[in-house]
Amino acid sequence: MDMNSFLPIQVPWTPQTATSAPKQAPSFFPYADNAGTVAAISGTDFAVLAADTRQSAGGNYLINTRYQPKMFKLSNGSVFGTSGFYGDATTFLNRINQRLEWYRHAHDKEMSTPALAQLISILLYSRRFFPYYVRVLLGGLDLEGRGVVYGYDSIGSYEACLSRAVGSGGKMIQPFLDNQIERKTQTGILRAPLTLDKTKTIMRDAFTSAAERDIYTGDYVEIFTITAQGVNVEKFDLRKD
Amino acid sequence: MNSILNEFKNASALYEEEVFHDSSFDWDTANGFTLPMFQFPAVHDPVKFLREITSDSSPCKIEIAHGTTTLAFKFNGGVIVAADSRASQGNYVSTSTVKKIIEINPFLLGTMAGGAADCSFWQRELGRQCRLYELRNKERISVAAASKLLANMIYRYKGMDLSMGSMVTGWDKTGPNIFYIDSEGNRLHGDIFSVGSGSPFAYGILDNGIDYDLDVQSAIALGKRAIYHATHRDGASGGSVNVYHVKQDGWVRIGGWDVEDLHWEFQDQAKPSPLL
Repeated sequence: MDMNSFLPIQVPWTPQTATSAPKQAPSFFPYADNAGTVAAISGTDFAVLAADTRQSAGGNYLINTRYQPKMFKLSNGSVFGTSGFYGDATTFLNRINQRLEWYRHAHDKEMSTPALAQLISILLYSRRFFPYYVRVLLGGLDLEGRGVVYGYDSIGSYEACLSRAVGSGGKMIQPFLDNQIERKTQTGILRAPLTLDKTKTIMRDAFTSAAERDIYTGDYVEIFTITAQGVNVEKFDLRKD
Repeated sequence: MNSILNEFKNASALYEEEVFHDSSFDWDTANGFTLPMFQFPAVHDPVKFLREITSDSSPCKIEIAHGTTTLAFKFNGGVIVAADSRASQGNYVSTSTVKKIIEINPFLLGTMAGGAADCSFWQRELGRQCRLYELRNKERISVAAASKLLANMIYRYKGMDLSMGSMVTGWDKTGPNIFYIDSEGNRLHGDIFSVGSGSPFAYGILDNGIDYDLDVQSAIALGKRAIYHATHRDGASGGSVNVYHVKQDGWVRIGGWDVEDLHWEFQDQAKPSPLL
């Protein structure tokens, strides 16, 4: 009996010939680039982190949402910022929070920011062969109360730095921060330490400028300020186009 | 490759749970002595997957920090170790302040060339194992043994796209030692090594100026100059020159110099005669 007679509707079907291309499973590609920019500056007794809040489906210019924060305050008072694939970022954040909780139960105290910096490196490297598609920054205060900022690559290479900008607008902001914060490219200037207010102004300028030139940066910028008094969050407008 | 993968697959619940020597959680200190383990994508060929996502054609390319000039040489005062400080991700200088000379412990130094994360992770792990060796044997590990621990650890991952070229140096019972090891599986003992994209330029200066009877200051100056010239000709090297001196009672950090400052300093000096 003809098998097709069991079907309610006759489906047009062309048998595969030997000449047609061999079937190949689509390759496993579990990433997306949600873009956006994160930057951080460390000061004498403070750290300032900022990120825009636009989330895009990178590659096809689509804006998913105008407000999805990509910086998170952690239980030990430090702040963690991510750009890249937001799905990996949330998973990674969950894992950090879990480890912070285990540490709390095991040692009855909060993990220090430098210890967390090393932990994040090891967590990233545990995915050496299946990386989290994230660029992360960590900001906080060290055990002496000085501001610290740690920058990473996707698989856990890390270092403490004065300023760091990553993500879609990172390459635009970093030279500006090198000039204004580290004053690397200025000669014969007074190298007085920056005040918190001045640092925040520089950070806000960096994002307004990046929003002018990077299509994936915009909508709002959130500025996290970490001092001995705690974490303070401010939100400012950026271009919405 | 598949044999390694099967080994990992047989470990309990690899895909669900991270078995990343996490002694803080399961309270079994013996787990602290195990080797690190990794999560793999559940695909037929994990290495192919990794190559795809780190290739230029990937829509979400994972950029890994790379690029280097490092050197180490023996002389009568011990070992001079010098390196630049640039890390590049593709064409972008991701940082100019990398510490490519890794302080494994107060007596051992390692150097970083290739993947920055690979070098710093595995040399930190080496430091942990050297400490365990000290506790078990009541004496410091030799440079030969330490470098072999590192070489054997990363040999398990041969062909899986780890990238490291590293020199392990130190002063043990046999005197100053330098071992070169890399992710291909090589482990060499020698007097002079330079590793990384700028190494041909560094070798040129080094071979020209090397003398076992160099005094400490001249040896430091030679290391500094070799790295400087490498940063001048190799785009993937730059930043500043860091120099360490390995002595009988451990290493000391000599200092760091921005190559921009060195450039003008050296330009004002009389050129050394190459055929003295």
